[in-house]
Amino acid sequence: MTPQTLLAFVAGLLFAGGLGLAQMTRPDVVIGFLDVADWDPRLALVMGGAVGVHLVPTWLGLRRGRALFGPLHLPEPSRVDWRLVLGSVLFGLGWGLAGYCPGPALVAAAAGSLQAVWLLAGMVLGMVGLAQLERLLSNQSASNRIPTLRERTAKYSSMPLGPSMSVKNRQMPSRGPEMP
Amino acid sequence: MLIFVEALLGGMLIGLSAAILWLGIGRIAGISGVVGELAAPSAAGNRHQPWRWAFLAGLLFGGLLIGVFAPERVLPLAGAGPERVLVAGVLVGVGTRLANGCTSGHGVCGLPRGSTRSVVATALYIGVAIGVVGVMRLLGAA
Repeated sequence: MTPQTLLAFVAGLLFAGGLGLAQMTRPDVVIGFLDVADWDPRLALVMGGAVGVHLVPTWLGLRRGRALFGPLHLPEPSRVDWRLVLGSVLFGLGWGLAGYCPGPALVAAAAGSLQAVWLLAGMVLGMVGLAQLERLLSNQSASNRIPTLRERTAKYSSMPLGPSMSVKNRQMPSRGPEMP
Repeated sequence: MLIFVEALLGGMLIGLSAAILWLGIGRIAGISGVVGELAAPSAAGNRHQPWRWAFLAGLLFGGLLIGVFAPERVLPLAGAGPERVLVAGVLVGVGTRLANGCTSGHGVCGLPRGSTRSVVATALYIGVAIGVVGVMRLLGAA
């Protein structure tokens, strides 16, 4: 086990412990936060505590420019685009519908909640389905574009050359003793 | 009162976890990204998977311990059948992959960084989820 995987395992363990301690593994507590008519502030405390603790380390890492074991991996800087907006809306719909976001769903499923297993099944299905759809769409747009010069000349390179040009048939001068 | 202290401490543990990943191996504790890259690696995604498996293993092992020692902390949502939960799961899966993050990646990690994308994403998914719960309350399903 490398230090990297050990740290990642410990981080996963702490994350699960935090979710359990805060009872985020109970979707009714999450729904309580989302219910303005009967508000439960606990999720706000969880988010506030997590962001508060992570504030200084975030800054330290960015200032240092690298991690203890390897470089920093930041997402490519990009703008607010339709993927972010549509994705966040869909995620909000799913989150409000059952009260599970990915972390609590994993932890609750491992703790034996059949309901969380159903949610995970749907989640993985959605993730794999989206990836397949995007692959399909990108292949389609790839076949619609103008082919490159290399692609247009590809058929010529597979054509047989004349006997005089063919490497296979060319007589190489041998350097054996039979040479005059 | 204790439940609020526990919520705050739980949140701080989550922040500590994100800090260990970030300062230790330079990774963002984004759970939808971890699961998504393992289940359906994106073309642009980083192929370095071992840390993702290790993080996932830690999460699941932690969940297992909660199930054994504190099962009262895990309670399913009353009145939500498998169909509704499955549909919710699909929405969570598609949505978090499109948005490139969930409550952990955009919330816990993106907000401290002051990322505009994360602020917009967090405001949107919380706003929409509040709307969904409000509509369900009106319909008598919540």
